[in-house]
Amino acid sequence: MSMPRTAIDATGLEKWFGEGEARTLALRGVDLHADFGEMIYIVGPSGSGKTTLLSVLSGILRPNSGRVLADGTDIWTLDSSHLAEFRLHKLGFVFQDFHLFPRLNTAENVAIPLILRKAPWDESIREAIHYLDIVGLKSRADLPPVKLSGGEQQRVAIARAMIGKPDILIMDEPTASLDGDTGHGILKFVRENILNENRCIVVVTHDSRIYEFASRILKMEDGRIIGAQERAA
Amino acid sequence: MKGSRDEFSRKGPVVKGILKLAYKLLVNDKAKFTALLVGIAFASFSMIFITAMFIGVLRHSSSTVINIGASVWVMDPAVQTPANSIGMPDYVLDAVRSMQGVAYAVPLYSSTALVKLSDGTYQATSVIGLDDTSLFGRPEMIQGNITDIYAENGFIVVQDADYPKLNSPHVGSDFQLNDHRCVIVGVARVAMSSLFGLPTLYTTYNRAIQYIPNPRYTASYVLVEPKSLSDIPKIKQQVEKLGYLALTKDEFTMRSIKFYIYQTGMGTNLLIMTIITFTVGLSISGQTFYTFILENLERFGALKALGTKDSELVGMILFQATFTALTGYGLGAGLCTLFIYLAKLRLPSYFATITFTNLFLALVMVLIIDGVSSYAGVRRVLRIEPFEIFRG
Repeated sequence: MSMPRTAIDATGLEKWFGEGEARTLALRGVDLHADFGEMIYIVGPSGSGKTTLLSVLSGILRPNSGRVLADGTDIWTLDSSHLAEFRLHKLGFVFQDFHLFPRLNTAENVAIPLILRKAPWDESIREAIHYLDIVGLKSRADLPPVKLSGGEQQRVAIARAMIGKPDILIMDEPTASLDGDTGHGILKFVRENILNENRCIVVVTHDSRIYEFASRILKMEDGRIIGAQERAA
Repeated sequence: MKGSRDEFSRKGPVVKGILKLAYKLLVNDKAKFTALLVGIAFASFSMIFITAMFIGVLRHSSSTVINIGASVWVMDPAVQTPANSIGMPDYVLDAVRSMQGVAYAVPLYSSTALVKLSDGTYQATSVIGLDDTSLFGRPEMIQGNITDIYAENGFIVVQDADYPKLNSPHVGSDFQLNDHRCVIVGVARVAMSSLFGLPTLYTTYNRAIQYIPNPRYTASYVLVEPKSLSDIPKIKQQVEKLGYLALTKDEFTMRSIKFYIYQTGMGTNLLIMTIITFTVGLSISGQTFYTFILENLERFGALKALGTKDSELVGMILFQATFTALTGYGLGAGLCTLFIYLAKLRLPSYFATITFTNLFLALVMVLIIDGVSSYAGVRRVLRIEPFEIFRG
């Protein structure tokens, strides 16, 4: 049996906002390790530092100290241009509010990562329709996102995150805008169809109803990881 | 270690997809895009229209110079425009004829006069008296023969926008000029009608000074044809020594234009109108474009988070601004051209003239509006942190 490959190896992450007396510590020496094939949940109360940690891990927010190795790349040694390239090629994002583009149709929304990679437009749209088919929304390809339900919009966001075949999928509160059943269905879909041995999924959530899909749950409080729970999902 | 810088470099010049994305984000927001186009088109239309009116007026102010077509004009140094000639004594003509480099020189009479029409009404006219011998500066005949101008009381009328003011005379029509009977012996056309809306009559120099009361000196201009172009500076020097002024056709036109720009207030008014139009256009377009950027700030932030580089975001915004500016400019220029064309169908003496110069000036102004609008948008987008997207 082969050893799992490391997807994310973060050590000593510290992040604070403000200076002097106004300084707020958001991360206090966080260490995190995730392997490919894992679906890791980061949970905790509001203000515990979950979103800050997710931003640091995904190369969006520079930490004040510490190191993040993502698929072997020390991402915070890259300049902003190469960091953008890294995010585009290695990461997939599912945002809490979906952040779909209302002026583009569903297929165009999904195609964005390929378009940003300078793939030909028509080819990108064809691929997007294929991914919409995977998430069960092929018939909605020509509709604008506002014509879709919340669950459908989230699936579009997932298709957009997946189209670039990212090694690491970052999901920020993926069920926050959805009702219980829909949220449950979405995460079940992700667990069964998107997670594989070459992919790591990091999910920040408040929603305990979807804990059953996690490989491991990291509990954060006050800028620290205070506990980890292995799950046999 | 994996993930070297080169591994993540996007190679190749193909950015069409990103620009198409920018294009769709822009034009699919129909309300904003329409407002942007209206703003830019209005600014372009107004700037082109105002300058076209001005250029039309300036060109027509030199209509006599253009219609007569002499290479060099000798005049009193106080003359500023062709319409305000000052009579010169006859010896000037003789002196110029004897100058080095002059092939020939002829007098020209130019004045305004009131004619009494057959219905008893009076009409101001512009009267041009051509040199009796050469008829230099003769118009192109439509009816009759130019030599009929030598007939008794012979006058040639110009058929232009002001022609109907003389009750559209034909060959054989008559009128009175200072109690002299005048007869139309021909109908002609000229390249450009006069600025002041007066019908134009041609006759011989001697008949003109005989029929129209004149001060002591009668020659409005001496028209000179040099032996060669290189003789012109020499001729100008000799004329200057005589106490008069010699200008080429282009110099005289420019002198007239400068007079209208700097000494009549027209230039200042044009400048003020252009600044107002520019400001209104900038306000409408700049504000609308900036609002468009603000409303899409979250989307730009999402694109940044997904891996769009700052330079690509700047490229998208510049493309959107430039596309809007050029489309709006095209609409404005097209509408202005159509408007002037339609106006000229109804008003033949309508002066507005669109030239490459005013098209270019308006384009520069529109591109400045475009630059200012996109600068504000670019600054805002570059400041957005993708982290904000995660924070919601």
